[in-house]
Amino acid sequence: MDSIILQILNGLDKGSAYALIALGLTLIFGTLGVVNFAHGALFMIGAFCSVTLQRILNLSYETIDATQTDFLGNPLKVKTPYLESWFGPEMGSSIIEWSVPLAILFAIPVMIGIGFIMERGLIKHFYKRPHADQILVTFGLAIVLQEIVKYYFGANPIQTPAPEALSGIAQLTSTIVYPVWRIVYFCFSLLIIGAVFAFLQFTTFGMVVRAGMADRETVGLLGIDIDRKFTIMFGIAAAVAGLAGVMYGPINAPNYHMGMDFLVLSFVVVVVGGMGSLPGAVLAGFLLGILESFASMEQVITLIPGINQIIIYLVAIVILLTRPRGLMGRKGVME
Amino acid sequence: MGILEIKDVGKRFGGLKALSDVNLSVQENTCHAIIGPNGAGKSTLLNCLVGKLIPDTGSVMFQGQSVLGRSPHEINQMGISRVFQTPEIFGDLTVFENMMIPLFAKRDGAYRLHAIESVSNERTLIEEAEKMLEEVNMLDKRHMHSASMSRGDKRRLEMAMCLVQEPKLLLLDEPTAGMARADTNNTIDLLKQIKDERDITIAIIEHDMHVVFSLADRITVLAQGTPLVEDAPENIKGHPKVQEAYLGEAH
Amino acid sequence: MLGLDKKDSTLLLIVVALTMLAPFILNPFPTESGLAQFNAGYPDLMQRFVIFGIFAIGFNILFGLTGYLSFGHAAFLGIGSYSAVWMFKLLSMNIIPAILLSVVIAGIFALVIGFVSLRRTGIYFSILTLAFAQMSFALAYSVLTPLTNGETGLQLTLNDPRILGISQTADGSIPVTNLFGLEMRGAFDLVVGPWSFTFSAGYYVCAVVMLLAFYMSIRIFRSPFGLMLRAIKSNQQRLNYTGLNPKPYTLAAFVISGMYAGLAGGLMAAMDPLAGAERMQWTASGEVVLMTILGGAGTLIGPVLGAGMIKYFENIFSKINDNVLHSWFSFMPDGLEDSVVFIIHPFVGKGWHLTLGIIFMLVVTFLPGGLVEGGQRIARLFRRKKTVEPKSAKTEPAE
Repeated sequence: MDSIILQILNGLDKGSAYALIALGLTLIFGTLGVVNFAHGALFMIGAFCSVTLQRILNLSYETIDATQTDFLGNPLKVKTPYLESWFGPEMGSSIIEWSVPLAILFAIPVMIGIGFIMERGLIKHFYKRPHADQILVTFGLAIVLQEIVKYYFGANPIQTPAPEALSGIAQLTSTIVYPVWRIVYFCFSLLIIGAVFAFLQFTTFGMVVRAGMADRETVGLLGIDIDRKFTIMFGIAAAVAGLAGVMYGPINAPNYHMGMDFLVLSFVVVVVGGMGSLPGAVLAGFLLGILESFASMEQVITLIPGINQIIIYLVAIVILLTRPRGLMGRKGVME
Repeated sequence: MGILEIKDVGKRFGGLKALSDVNLSVQENTCHAIIGPNGAGKSTLLNCLVGKLIPDTGSVMFQGQSVLGRSPHEINQMGISRVFQTPEIFGDLTVFENMMIPLFAKRDGAYRLHAIESVSNERTLIEEAEKMLEEVNMLDKRHMHSASMSRGDKRRLEMAMCLVQEPKLLLLDEPTAGMARADTNNTIDLLKQIKDERDITIAIIEHDMHVVFSLADRITVLAQGTPLVEDAPENIKGHPKVQEAYLGEAH
Repeated sequence: MLGLDKKDSTLLLIVVALTMLAPFILNPFPTESGLAQFNAGYPDLMQRFVIFGIFAIGFNILFGLTGYLSFGHAAFLGIGSYSAVWMFKLLSMNIIPAILLSVVIAGIFALVIGFVSLRRTGIYFSILTLAFAQMSFALAYSVLTPLTNGETGLQLTLNDPRILGISQTADGSIPVTNLFGLEMRGAFDLVVGPWSFTFSAGYYVCAVVMLLAFYMSIRIFRSPFGLMLRAIKSNQQRLNYTGLNPKPYTLAAFVISGMYAGLAGGLMAAMDPLAGAERMQWTASGEVVLMTILGGAGTLIGPVLGAGMIKYFENIFSKINDNVLHSWFSFMPDGLEDSVVFIIHPFVGKGWHLTLGIIFMLVVTFLPGGLVEGGQRIARLFRRKKTVEPKSAKTEPAE
């Protein structure tokens, strides 16, 4: 029993990331009708937002401490972050320590901005082009974004630790322990998913967007400036992917190709959930995350070797062949 | 026995009854028009004939063989060609290449892997294609990219592609929809010519009464998914039931 | 000539001339000159040019003609490589049986994967092929280790049986791949003044195979089969209602392109007898997509150009470092030179991927016909200047 609960828990953090990325992909696909292969890159940029913030917060000045010397006998240069000198050493260092959660505030405007630029500058011109063209151009964009990040941050993963208060291990029951940050990540993703759904459900803006997802032309005929709303939607989707990336840093150190790694799986998730279905994307994200974690159990692997590596793809193939619309897809979307 | 026998065909979409108790017999070498107000089920009926939809009940026999459950390409190979409401052609190909495809389908059947021979060596087929293009006055456009042609030309090309297969039954789905008067008249002339010169049966769905009465030998009026009347054109004109059906729509 | 019309024959002859003279064309700089590092005429790279050319030609038969975008074609390349290496291990070091087996095995895999994947179209097809390829990749890394040797990759050893050959040579080393005795590693250098040109046996074997593959693809493009494939891309509905069943056609195209990929994989192993799972990864599939689109999908010569361009970027363009840049711009005043180098720096050398990505985006956005369309537009521009009458060139979709 415990091991089952543990596997479910283990699946949740990856599932959360899948769900968040797939949610954004589906938003973009459902509203704009665009297949965005650069979405993984947005996730990756989000993760690097927290790297950037960490660096900004760590900006330091050097002083020479005459009381200490290095091994050659020279006076030691000591780096002091500006924050520590402004807010005092304690306050300053704890701000630095909390750089990942703080990066949420930093990432939201950055990601929305990037989303706007992407949509207005590039995606807009591809609404009427075939899906293959959209895939190709966003694939190119993903390469470009990835290479820019690689140029500035290098090819190696960069550690972005969680604040100490959240990086321990939680004793859930007498026998189950689980990293605190993963619980945080799961709750955070639920929060974001809830916020997106509430936004779509309870605001007029959301209503128009939902109507647009159902029938774009009719909404356009009502004289509603649907294009502009969709630009904002793209910004929101970018922010969702970015936030998923920001908070994922402490689980997996950000590197420039993490976006591509997640992209492939997220597409599989979207397809399993049903193209254009938001609840489907979330459901499939969590389901596949948990399934993957079950497949990695030792008992399962000894039974069917290698199953943990291929389970997601296998599920996707079976779903696509038996239920082409995915778990919760609507009729007529991309058939 | 007609060449096409539709018996007791019914089709529902969820709660909506699109077709019920449709009985229709199309006689060989006639032009049979199916008219009716919007939403009468004309297009649904047509889709049931070509394999796009499968009716819930009833049977559709073509030359004594059932078409139900067969896929569109099999039904075409039986001798039924369809012209769409908006012309469906191969927009990326030239007019000439468009013509070659139905010719290959006619000669080789639904599938044959000719990967090594060259299209330009198919002398007889090329001659046939050119002859057909000449008949519809499009020989001078043979190298044109077909997507860049006018709607009227696309319609003529589509018609030529269907005719070159020498189908026994030609299904026309509002062939003059959205056409200017002059184009409509040209199409009527073309269809008349086809009818007179060939052994062909035509079933036509049409809104434009002018077209219907210039072509049809027999007219079926469809309303709310059921045939209302079937008669010769001159008897349809003043038929009270028909007027009722159309007036009903006007309300 | 050979059943081709005049235009295609000319194209084929040009390609024959270019590939046969490649050792000269790709080594334009004298060995001692500073530009010698931009010489691409060494056997290893030349082989890669033509092998990836074959891969892209095959991919183009599927994507360029039918419009089905496969994101999993590298799987067939990997399968081809594994099959060939196994042939070297078990049978003999002659490359013919190895390459034949790789084509056949890749074809069988393509038949199965294609049969399943082609039940869906559009993005669903792309995702299915991607899923199959990623599965093959993951399996090759893990469970199939006895067949693939996992992360290390499949290599020849001194203990391989090689029934028709020898396990090891007289001096106790692993025998080299050959074509009836002609060793693939064999090469001779021709030195003309300051220039040096390398003629490699392996390259010429690959080049001949590529020419055959290219010739086959011209025949396919001009055949009724090719016409059907283009019709599938254009309007599947009309094709259905014209009495044709698109499924066998697309499947045949998928299998043929899979066999081309297997051929490329087999040749790769024939030149360098090892095979690794990373050849099957989806990024490798992405690469052949890039090649085909960049050169011009649906055109005859485009994929070969695209493959050449990307491999040139990867191997030569990536060598441009700051020193080279400084030497290029040394004629400028110091401050200007530094800033120019600073601006260019991210795009060259290790940043070649960035340049490639940008070019690719530009091509997809503005030149859907790739480099070939670009060339045609330029040619048309010149023609228009020459002739007074700007008769619009008749559109020949497949050139």
